[in-house]
Amino acid sequence: MTTQPLLSVKNLKVYFYTLRGVVHALERVAFELNRQETLGLAGETGCGKSVTARAILRLIDPPGRIISGSIIFEGRDILTIDEAEVRNIRGSQISMIMQEPKMSLNPVIRVGDQVAETLLIHDRSLNRRSARRQAVDMLAQLGIPDPTRMAQRYPHELSGGMSQRIMIAMMLVTRPKLLIADEPTSALDVTIQAQILALMQTLVSEIQTSVLMITHDLGVMAETCERVAVMYAGDMVEVGSVHNVLKHPQHPYTQGLLQTVPDKANPDQPLFSIEGNVPSLLEPQTNCRFAPRCAHVMDRCKREIPPVYNLNGDHQAACFLHDGSPEVQTV
Amino acid sequence: MNITTVIDKSEARRRRWEARRRYLKESYILWRRNRLMVVGTSIIVFLLLVAAIAPLLATHDPYEQILPDRLLAPSPDHYFGTDSLGRDIYSRVVYGSRVTLTIACLVAAISAPLGLVIGVFSGYIGGAIDEILMRLSDVFLAFPKLILAIAFAAALGPGVENAIVAISVANWPSYARLARAETLSVRNNDYIQVIRSMGASKLRIMVGHITPMCLSSIIVRLSLDMGTIILTAAGLGFLGLGAQPPVPEWGLMVSDGRQFLVDQWWVSTLPGIAILIVVMGFNLMGDGIRDILDPHQRQS
Amino acid sequence: MLQYILRRLFTLIITLVGIMVVTFFISLVVPLDPLASIAGPQAPQETVERLRTLYGFDQPIYIQFGRYMQRLLHADLGTSFQTGRPVLDDIIQYFPATIELATISLIISIIVGIPLGILSAVHRNSVIDHFSRVLSLIGVSMPVFWLGLVLLLIFYFKLGWFPEPGRLDIMLIEPERITGLLLIDSLIALDFEVFWDALKHIVLPASVLGLYGLAGIARIVRSSMLDVLSQEYIKTARIKGLNEFLVLTRHALRNALVPAVTVIGLTYGGLLEGSVLTETIFSWPGLGRYLASAFLTLDLNAVVGGTMLVALMFSLVNLMVDLIYAFLNPQITLTAS
Repeated sequence: MTTQPLLSVKNLKVYFYTLRGVVHALERVAFELNRQETLGLAGETGCGKSVTARAILRLIDPPGRIISGSIIFEGRDILTIDEAEVRNIRGSQISMIMQEPKMSLNPVIRVGDQVAETLLIHDRSLNRRSARRQAVDMLAQLGIPDPTRMAQRYPHELSGGMSQRIMIAMMLVTRPKLLIADEPTSALDVTIQAQILALMQTLVSEIQTSVLMITHDLGVMAETCERVAVMYAGDMVEVGSVHNVLKHPQHPYTQGLLQTVPDKANPDQPLFSIEGNVPSLLEPQTNCRFAPRCAHVMDRCKREIPPVYNLNGDHQAACFLHDGSPEVQTV
Repeated sequence: MNITTVIDKSEARRRRWEARRRYLKESYILWRRNRLMVVGTSIIVFLLLVAAIAPLLATHDPYEQILPDRLLAPSPDHYFGTDSLGRDIYSRVVYGSRVTLTIACLVAAISAPLGLVIGVFSGYIGGAIDEILMRLSDVFLAFPKLILAIAFAAALGPGVENAIVAISVANWPSYARLARAETLSVRNNDYIQVIRSMGASKLRIMVGHITPMCLSSIIVRLSLDMGTIILTAAGLGFLGLGAQPPVPEWGLMVSDGRQFLVDQWWVSTLPGIAILIVVMGFNLMGDGIRDILDPHQRQS
Repeated sequence: MLQYILRRLFTLIITLVGIMVVTFFISLVVPLDPLASIAGPQAPQETVERLRTLYGFDQPIYIQFGRYMQRLLHADLGTSFQTGRPVLDDIIQYFPATIELATISLIISIIVGIPLGILSAVHRNSVIDHFSRVLSLIGVSMPVFWLGLVLLLIFYFKLGWFPEPGRLDIMLIEPERITGLLLIDSLIALDFEVFWDALKHIVLPASVLGLYGLAGIARIVRSSMLDVLSQEYIKTARIKGLNEFLVLTRHALRNALVPAVTVIGLTYGGLLEGSVLTETIFSWPGLGRYLASAFLTLDLNAVVGGTMLVALMFSLVNLMVDLIYAFLNPQITLTAS
């Protein structure tokens, strides 16, 4: 693969300095996202997926701080460019849609104007009227009936599914290169979920956007993503194609995760859950964070941080079980 | 698996007390953390102390007029100087704390329970009674509180007792509205429905269940209002409608000193500072109580 | 929206009737026999009795109330005891002065209070935040009459920066009365000397009232901004790449000011209240001072008329506040329609 990846995150370290202590939210997150690809970021609540998303847009507010690492987007490191340039990128090159669409819309501004705003921010030459027209066009593309009237509505008049469509319109109207979707369907009814996901996929392929799909729902992941990155307690534990990770998981955490999915073939089987609890992030990482709960734990796991091993091509896992495979250099 | 356990009455009572103790302990911890609240409460405690041991703190008799010593500047003999009748201002301020405290407590003790009862009753019973009571309180609320208090004080005649009644009359409607709003929102609670289906009478529900639910909002509102109550009382005193001479009420003292403002500034200024400090104390404490008790307050 | 307005107006009318009833009963409760005051302390009993029949005080209450309402409908508020003029004339005379004072005070409160609140919220826990909060605390805790006296003492008596209590220098002649507001009338008449003098006279009393209003406004703007700034849609605005200033003004403020408007309106009502004491101290010839002396001398007609007017204004202000709030908050307007 000689084409440069669109986004390359290396060694991302983010800490939060709170009253209770330093929360080591991200320790060495690293992954790559290629053009026109949908990468899933999986993991349970609290493992750092949202923090990663915000870090990419450099929207980590105090008491959080990005300590070190690099986020190379189209050849430039987002963490080193100045504020004005980052703002240029936000909304026009990289966009993000979030979990609660109704709360993410300004209650006193009409939705059409909110969609148009993204255009107006990044194109100074555009006038209000044409921005509004483009917004309405976008709504139509999203399959919203009577888009002109819809644009005049206020957010509280819309249902959850409709609000999410507005959000998607707002964030895709500028045709960004990367769309980060942070649990976009978790707050929606199951029936609407499928609609929204299908809609997103259509648009994404039309606009040729890459997507970072953040979710804890393995089903959504399987449906929408080409590659998957699994996170656990602020650490990246496995990365690979959807097929490889879901069918042949190489990290004990991923394996455990997949086992929790109820088996339709054996409905009477008791539900599986991984023993133990997620570790507190108040301590910096000194060993494998999954060690206390791992079925294959070895002595080494409790003393050292396992490096990321490269297993046949694109599949990587951070586990001493694969000691012997080439290590991925994290520069 | 049976997850219901049967406990007897005394066990139930014991557990209720434990839950209350835990709540109080948590409240205490929150109180300690909030520094401004501690300052406010200290001021109020200080006020209570001063009022309690006034005879010990005062240097002179607050009513004694020593005419040759009129309008003396503050000195080691008279910490705050003397007024136009030769009375020691410091001692009058100290004793004035009793007057202020009495007025404030009595107004609170009258208007809050009155408003609470009317509000809960009105909200729970509903119907015509509710309409009448609410129109009544609307009419009262249509007047600015100070004006209403002045009106009733003027009508009833000067004097501390009348001032207390006047301010209470002006105050109860806000509590009634608040209690009614709370009642309306909890009236259809599942919890209340259960109690009703168990056959509890309306009175029992109102007194035993709904009223306690309204209590914390009322207490919060009351503690935030205390400052205003004291300012209203002082205002009445200043206008001559509240306490009458020679009672050492702070508002009255400020008014007394008005004609001597230019050369003997202390007569008006110092009692006013006392009012300011006490009201600040109540406001700080009120803010703190609101942070602790208000069930609707967002966690910041 | 229209339905909402009509409903509120209807409630207002009922409240007004209630106000009239209450003020009527206040006048009845007064213990001092007003007739004795009119007749004089020396008057023999028959004179008092004749006055009683003359004024109709011997009629049963409902007849008295009926005649009272009748007179009201003819805008006859009786004659003031103190001034000897019809109360209505007195009110028309003094009303603009109070409006002028209250409005200038409100303007001061808004101009200082809103920016202070915004800065407080944006730079939480900084020096300016603490300063603003302390100022607000003192502002609401201070007895209005005391502050007036202290400011007079310092800025007039000791420093001489501002003129004596009152509305205008006694040497100057008031311009032709068009609105009753000195500041405006003098501008219309192009009388800049009067304008400047009136301005100097209004500063101190307006500052006293303004401080009180400022405290409340800064507090609500601060808490409202803090609330709004933690909302999701602010994050969305930043994700879109909007610069911080526009995030604040276009997205945050528009939401934060909505509850603030309510407080601003209520503050205006509160200023009417505070004017009673402030006008007394600054010898400001307004409704507040009129009302205060009416209460003290138990000038019945003035009391009743003045109180009713204040209550009416207060209710109108509250109604306006609710209407403006409904207008600003699309959620209320749309659900009402």
